[in-house]
Amino acid sequence: MKRLAAILCLLLMALPAFAVQPDEVLDDPALEARAREISAGLRCLVCRNESIDESNAALARDLRLLVRERVLAGDTNEEAIAYIVDRYGEYVLLRPQTDGANLILWLAGPLMLIIAGGVGLVFLRRRSRAAEPAEAALTEAEAARLREIMDD
Amino acid sequence: MITEFGHFALILAFFVALFQAVVPLVGAHKGWAGWMATAAPAAALQFLLTAAAFLALTWAFVTSDFSLQLVVQNSHTAKPMLYKITGVWGNHEGSMLLWVLIVTLFGFFAAWFGGALPPTLRARVLSVQAMIGAAFFGFILFTSNPFLRMPVPPFDGQDLNPLLQDPGLAFHPPFLYLGYVGLSMSYSFAVAALIEGRVDAAWGRWVRPYTLASWMFLTVGIGLGSWWAYYELGWGGFWFWDPVENASFMPWLISAALLHSAVVVEKRETLKSWTILLAIIAFGFSMIGAFITRSGIITSVHAFATDPERGVFLLAILAAFMMLGLTLFAARAGVMQARGVFALVSRESALVVNNILLAVAAFVVFTGTIWPLVAEMFFDRKLSVGPPFFNVAFTPFMIALGLLMPLGAMLPWKRARVGRIARRLVPAFVLALAVGALAWAMQTGQSAVAPVGLFLAAWLVAGAATDLWTRTGNGEGRLRRLRRLPRADWGKATAHAGLGVTIAGVAAMTAWQAEDIRVVQIGDSYEVAGYTLTLTGVREVEGPNYVATLADMTLAREGRQISTMHPEKRVYPVAGMPTTEAALDNGFLRDVYVALGDPQVGGGWAMRTYYKPLANWIWGGAILMALGGALSLSDRRYRVAAGARRARAKAVPAE
Repeated sequence: MKRLAAILCLLLMALPAFAVQPDEVLDDPALEARAREISAGLRCLVCRNESIDESNAALARDLRLLVRERVLAGDTNEEAIAYIVDRYGEYVLLRPQTDGANLILWLAGPLMLIIAGGVGLVFLRRRSRAAEPAEAALTEAEAARLREIMDD
Repeated sequence: MITEFGHFALILAFFVALFQAVVPLVGAHKGWAGWMATAAPAAALQFLLTAAAFLALTWAFVTSDFSLQLVVQNSHTAKPMLYKITGVWGNHEGSMLLWVLIVTLFGFFAAWFGGALPPTLRARVLSVQAMIGAAFFGFILFTSNPFLRMPVPPFDGQDLNPLLQDPGLAFHPPFLYLGYVGLSMSYSFAVAALIEGRVDAAWGRWVRPYTLASWMFLTVGIGLGSWWAYYELGWGGFWFWDPVENASFMPWLISAALLHSAVVVEKRETLKSWTILLAIIAFGFSMIGAFITRSGIITSVHAFATDPERGVFLLAILAAFMMLGLTLFAARAGVMQARGVFALVSRESALVVNNILLAVAAFVVFTGTIWPLVAEMFFDRKLSVGPPFFNVAFTPFMIALGLLMPLGAMLPWKRARVGRIARRLVPAFVLALAVGALAWAMQTGQSAVAPVGLFLAAWLVAGAATDLWTRTGNGEGRLRRLRRLPRADWGKATAHAGLGVTIAGVAAMTAWQAEDIRVVQIGDSYEVAGYTLTLTGVREVEGPNYVATLADMTLAREGRQISTMHPEKRVYPVAGMPTTEAALDNGFLRDVYVALGDPQVGGGWAMRTYYKPLANWIWGGAILMALGGALSLSDRRYRVAAGARRARAKAVPAE
């Protein structure tokens, strides 16, 4: 048990704490809210698909402190984000930029919706104008079997 | 010995699958009844052999047989029995064995209940299912064999990833796999119908239960995963748009589309080729899911197996089955003529719109998921696509779907007049507006998320109720008739209302949650959203295979104590990993959520406290959706379709 406690102590000291910690929180609630908003859009570089606001990693903490530093220095949200992107690349942005090739990403959904809507409309119009097909496309035996199965 | 037996059974199952993939197919082509008839017993044998292999592996885990590499890597003698069993699929090799077990289980089902199918179709369905089985048996035996021995068995194991030692995550994979693999059945039916060259109403009816079951299991699986994330990650997030989550969400969206379009095939003999295409794509997305999770190509929290060789093998399986399906589709889609004629405003059209919205929504999720890969490969940009993108790009589809759903669900087949339906829905609409307005009034100057979300939620729930009530007709005895409505009607209303409940939970929690982060000294009280929390003590507790720091807290409101809460931090010494176990006070209208952080230098403990309004509605809605699926699945007409076999067998004693 003593050994276990020792291991525990070691582990606890080595462990990163969870996400935003009390000592990081800014005194001004308005500034803190802005810092949180910015953090939620920045990716923690060493974790996978987590924002620095959610992450437990030490690097995320450094970035959170950096964001708060910039906010305290009087940066706007955009300036603070640009400051981070300048240093870490667009990889940190959880919301991909809307420029260049990324336009494909942003427009893929709307374009596909238009195409699908167009095809759907053509199909529906054609169906509404089609003539009722002749029945008895089934043979007598098939029809009987279908009735047997479909009978509720 | 039992291990070797399991290994042998697995190899035998592989050969049975190869046999079943070829012989019945040839038989169906040549019209040889004897060859076709081998499919059903082969399917049964394949299932039994795979089950034997799976049980052998389970036995090795239960008895902590450390001569097996897999058991060493994923188990420990001190681990609770529950997690020894769930540890079987808590790793790559075992989970693939579970996957293939479910493939054969569904094949067995189709053989058992498929008596009503025409013999050639049945033989072909089982043959295609066996091809899928054979591909994954091959994958397991050649790249991910769970039965490998250790040259020198160690004294004890390395323990299971502590994150997986949790009830929510322990049962998350089996449900997801039931869902993923259920779609293999829809695929088999689609390919068999393409080979057969005919798709009719009966086909729609046969394929629908499998799709419905898959969708239902996916709903439960995704719900469990999101619930786990909520209480385990320490800050109450429930959905992250992580690639692996998306991998399960895409088949969910596509199978939702498929089960609706199969209704149109069943009732109206239209949308046939689209339904076939969806069935092929749905299974494609399942395998993409397997590929993303197993290959680690898009690294994410879940990718616990990272090995390129496996990735390439899986990609080859995916490519082969998609090529087979799509080539057949291209060759044969022409023969599937639509028969039903319907007006622009009709249930058919509403279901087409449903399919467009769901399919394009799935497409958006797909583009967002693979975009980082595409951008890096072709545009030399290393970028991320995270929740802000998906929230913007995906949500509009759900809003459109929610707005149209109550209306579309009530439209009659063939020809409808919107005015008549709309009049019936006026009370539901007014109620929804009132709820939305109330939400708007309750908050001041915040986003539109909560009012819009709660409006949609009320609209969906009230719309579903209106739909059921309208079906009871007029005059006396409506309540009695309500009880006697077909289960499919109840299932539909329940599932649609469930979506509404989930939307309510998501909207309220996103917009109105309150957060508090602070250092708390032992004995101190603090207030969050009208609740008073007091930290009365912190102590060390020893679990079976972990040690925990546990805080004792009391939760009170207006001076009256409601409950005690015990947030924990656990450390699993063998695996060397910590986990957070948040304490939750569940309520119908809110959760109070506390996570314990680190001891602070100046004394006291870091604490995160959340007030989460309508949190449980998210998973309550998922349960309702799954329940709706189950109700629909138990509808009389599927039992009749299944039972037709026995009736027929009696009528025609010798075939």
